[in-house]
Amino acid sequence: MNDLIFFFNQVMIGGVVLGSIYALGAVGITLIFGILRFAHFAHGDMMTMGGFVAFVLATLVAGMGLAFPLPTGFIVLPFAMVIAAGIALGIDKGFYAPLRARGARPVTLLIASIGVTMMIQGLIRLFFGTSTRSFFDTEPKTLIRIDVPIEGATRPISFTEPQLLLVILTLIAVVALHFFLTRSRLGKGMRAMADNPDLAKVSGINTKQVVRVTWIIAGGLACMAGTMLALDVSLKPDLAFNIVLPIFAAAIVGGLGHAYGAIAGGFLLGFAETMAVFNWAVLLRPFRDNLPEWLEIPSSLALVQSEYKLTVAFIILVVVLLVRPTGIFKGAST
Amino acid sequence: MTTRYIAAFAGLFALIVTVAVFMGTPFTVRLLVEAFAFALIAMGLNIQWGFGGLFNFGILGMMMVGGFAVTFVSFPVNMAFWESDGPLMLGQTLIAALIGAVLVFFAHRVQRFGITGKWRGTVIVLAWFIAYVIFRSQMDPAATYIIRESGWVGGLGLPVILGWAFGGVLAAGIGYLVGKVSLGLRADYLAIATIGIAEILRAVIKNVEWLTRGTLTVSPIPWPVPNPQAWQSWGADPTTSFIYARAGYLALVVAFVAVALFLIHRAYNAPWGRMMRAIRDNYIAAGSMGKDVTGRQLEIFVFGSVLMGIGGAMLVSFVGIYDPSSYQPINHTFIIWVMLIVGGSGNNFGALFGGIFIYIIWMLSEPLSQALFQWLSMFSSDMGWGRIPDIESRSVQMRVFVLGLVITIALRFAPKGILPERVNRNG
Amino acid sequence: MSLVELKDIKAGYGGAPILNGVNIAIDASDIGVIVGPNGAGKSTTLKAIFGLLTVTDGSVTFAGQDITNSEADRLVPMGLSFIPQEHNVFTSMTVHENLEMGAFVRRDDISDTLDEVYEMFPDLKAKRRQNAGELSGGQRQMVAMGRALMSKPKLLMLDEPSAGLSPRYMIEIFEQVVKINRAGVGILMVEQNARQALAFATKGFVLANGQNRFTGTGQELLDDPDVAKSFLGG
Repeated sequence: MNDLIFFFNQVMIGGVVLGSIYALGAVGITLIFGILRFAHFAHGDMMTMGGFVAFVLATLVAGMGLAFPLPTGFIVLPFAMVIAAGIALGIDKGFYAPLRARGARPVTLLIASIGVTMMIQGLIRLFFGTSTRSFFDTEPKTLIRIDVPIEGATRPISFTEPQLLLVILTLIAVVALHFFLTRSRLGKGMRAMADNPDLAKVSGINTKQVVRVTWIIAGGLACMAGTMLALDVSLKPDLAFNIVLPIFAAAIVGGLGHAYGAIAGGFLLGFAETMAVFNWAVLLRPFRDNLPEWLEIPSSLALVQSEYKLTVAFIILVVVLLVRPTGIFKGAST
Repeated sequence: MTTRYIAAFAGLFALIVTVAVFMGTPFTVRLLVEAFAFALIAMGLNIQWGFGGLFNFGILGMMMVGGFAVTFVSFPVNMAFWESDGPLMLGQTLIAALIGAVLVFFAHRVQRFGITGKWRGTVIVLAWFIAYVIFRSQMDPAATYIIRESGWVGGLGLPVILGWAFGGVLAAGIGYLVGKVSLGLRADYLAIATIGIAEILRAVIKNVEWLTRGTLTVSPIPWPVPNPQAWQSWGADPTTSFIYARAGYLALVVAFVAVALFLIHRAYNAPWGRMMRAIRDNYIAAGSMGKDVTGRQLEIFVFGSVLMGIGGAMLVSFVGIYDPSSYQPINHTFIIWVMLIVGGSGNNFGALFGGIFIYIIWMLSEPLSQALFQWLSMFSSDMGWGRIPDIESRSVQMRVFVLGLVITIALRFAPKGILPERVNRNG
Repeated sequence: MSLVELKDIKAGYGGAPILNGVNIAIDASDIGVIVGPNGAGKSTTLKAIFGLLTVTDGSVTFAGQDITNSEADRLVPMGLSFIPQEHNVFTSMTVHENLEMGAFVRRDDISDTLDEVYEMFPDLKAKRRQNAGELSGGQRQMVAMGRALMSKPKLLMLDEPSAGLSPRYMIEIFEQVVKINRAGVGILMVEQNARQALAFATKGFVLANGQNRFTGTGQELLDDPDVAKSFLGG
């Protein structure tokens, strides 16, 4: 029984947490792709930047001597998201909009987003250095333990408070996004523009406004993902640069341009990663006595070594690109 | 147009002379060796992107492969490995891999036995899994054994030039596989796919300690020309020995670049080059005229990869150390893109110019930005705000920011680069 | 004063101009039909009115206002509506949502207009919750027309509405066009089925090589032997 709880803690909770981060990032990438038709490479750094904005705000609030029952980084998140959305709008205006106005190809915008990546990375390290920071220097990180009321189970199900908040927030964000896209005028306008940009223009949909809303949502969600990731682990300048590729993988696996696909793709990759590095021998141990003599359970039975955890996402990405480049959920993609 | 070329390269020459005056000859020659190697890589990217319109964000992977190749070929033989059971175990691993490959091969042809649709998919996935398990069952003990008994497999002790060639060949092989996998994809998918494959390569090279020593790094890797120690043993004083040795190396690299430039230029103006540009500008029309678009694109991708592999190998032998963790996307992939875009994509001389120019700027910006920060720090401590901490790491990041700014500005105001592609309407 | 008036329009996509002096004038009571051979600039004329390509010379006025080279999000609120020939529905959105997108520029209550459109095309009402991509070609054309009517236009422009439709749907679409016109909406359409369209047109324009060749009422053009010989296939 303890082995099963270990499995639950490692794979299920780990997968949900990782999947939530991936989903929040992938939604932004997929929305930007749907509306502006380019792969926004700087998204990972927009996440990191959002994390740092939240960190600065949290430090300011903590400096005022205020204390909350929830982590301060979480309390300041809405304000950080607003600031991050503003920065995202500014980046678009400064670097992408002029290229679009010139009628540049999507690839040019992709290269420009590499430039933006470097600028954000450079600026963050310029101001904050390369050291690792924690939101929990002044307050403790609460660990939640739930005892399982089954005989033989001594190990509790355990996760941290930020992890719980992350999953709840992701759920709220997904539901809110769903209602926005299906019920609101602007949300439907966004879907229309992603579906058929020329017809959207002909219908009189204010495409510039739709672009702005897209950046606001993508920037806000990126900030949320970055902050929650920083709350879960720690805040580093290269926090999200390493996960921008898995996030792209999630968006592509879900079919670029499809918001729901991106969310599903995020969770799929999150679980794939935790399951690939999980030592499955743990689950077989209880059956040790029932197995025939010649079959010995090796001490380590993980699909890949943990050094290769990140490559799991890339391998899935490459396989999906090969077998079904339009993503695994919807057949059609423009 | 010609005046533009003269002005650009004269300016570059003046820059190099200025650097030599202020930073000394040994530093300048070192800078030039690396700059020319980077220019070769930029020319490789120019073949892929400028001529073929093929996106490659996996340059880092090609450079790493080239570096590994030259390390493996030119590093002295590790007798401890060859006298142990290591080669035998690696042989067994190879057999296991072959068995797996055969299994996968037949699984892909299972429809001939009447198994189709979902079942075929299941069989293929199962075959891959079994092949993977068979391979791992041999690979893991072999790796553990080699690391325990002899550290790693060591090199082959062959000439360095052979290592460079092998770097080109290995990169070509990887380029072929990458191209085969991803060339059918649209540009942005190709970008993600290539960067994903490069990251897989990076993770593998970093972690296969038995083959590459991973994070333990390999050094000293021999030089193709007499190195400073050799010159010193012949009686040269240290400074002169560095200049002579590096100048010898530089001559070799420049010769390579010149040959590459000549060959590419010939090919570019030949029917082959025209066809490539036709495919780049309108692959649908080129395809409907009976050109084998994917085949030609694969050729281009492989050719570009060869130059990247050789360039990566040159850099590794020059530095004399192979450190897989030193490869970062910013200074191995993205900077090449900056070189090509600023220099002029689609123009060989643009790639050459951009490669040398941007590399020099990149290297000079280190002392410059440090000086800037020292000055700012003095200013702020004079103002009573205290000194700026971590000047060194901050100034490094300042350069990353500036590089990003250069890309975005170039894209916006000079998308064709300093030496634009020459469009020959009569050609 | 005409509802829409094109004076000596010259326009193109940057290269050689496609339109070389097109003149068109339509009143609110008119059904104007543009016919002509392939490449004559028929669709281009509609696109030039709607600001989808740059007019280099001449002027477009709508209800007395100059709208030369105006963007679509200004024209739709003024009362222009355009149905492109292809890709004229949002395939991943429901029929209902397609209609809502037609009314994107409106801030008032759209339920009355919705009812009118559903009354006009009862088929659509039954399929309102279906994705437009799942509909047949004729039904898609109805969705496209419905979408264009949702902004309550004064001028409706249609680019080959009958292209690829079965005769049954073609007749229904033409009947609806006439009905829309009776409700006070000016019509300007491009048609390949020139005879059928000119039969109910109050104004006909024959274009060739980006210029007006013949202008007259639909009946006049049908009766003109030159037009019949050159453009209507004898």
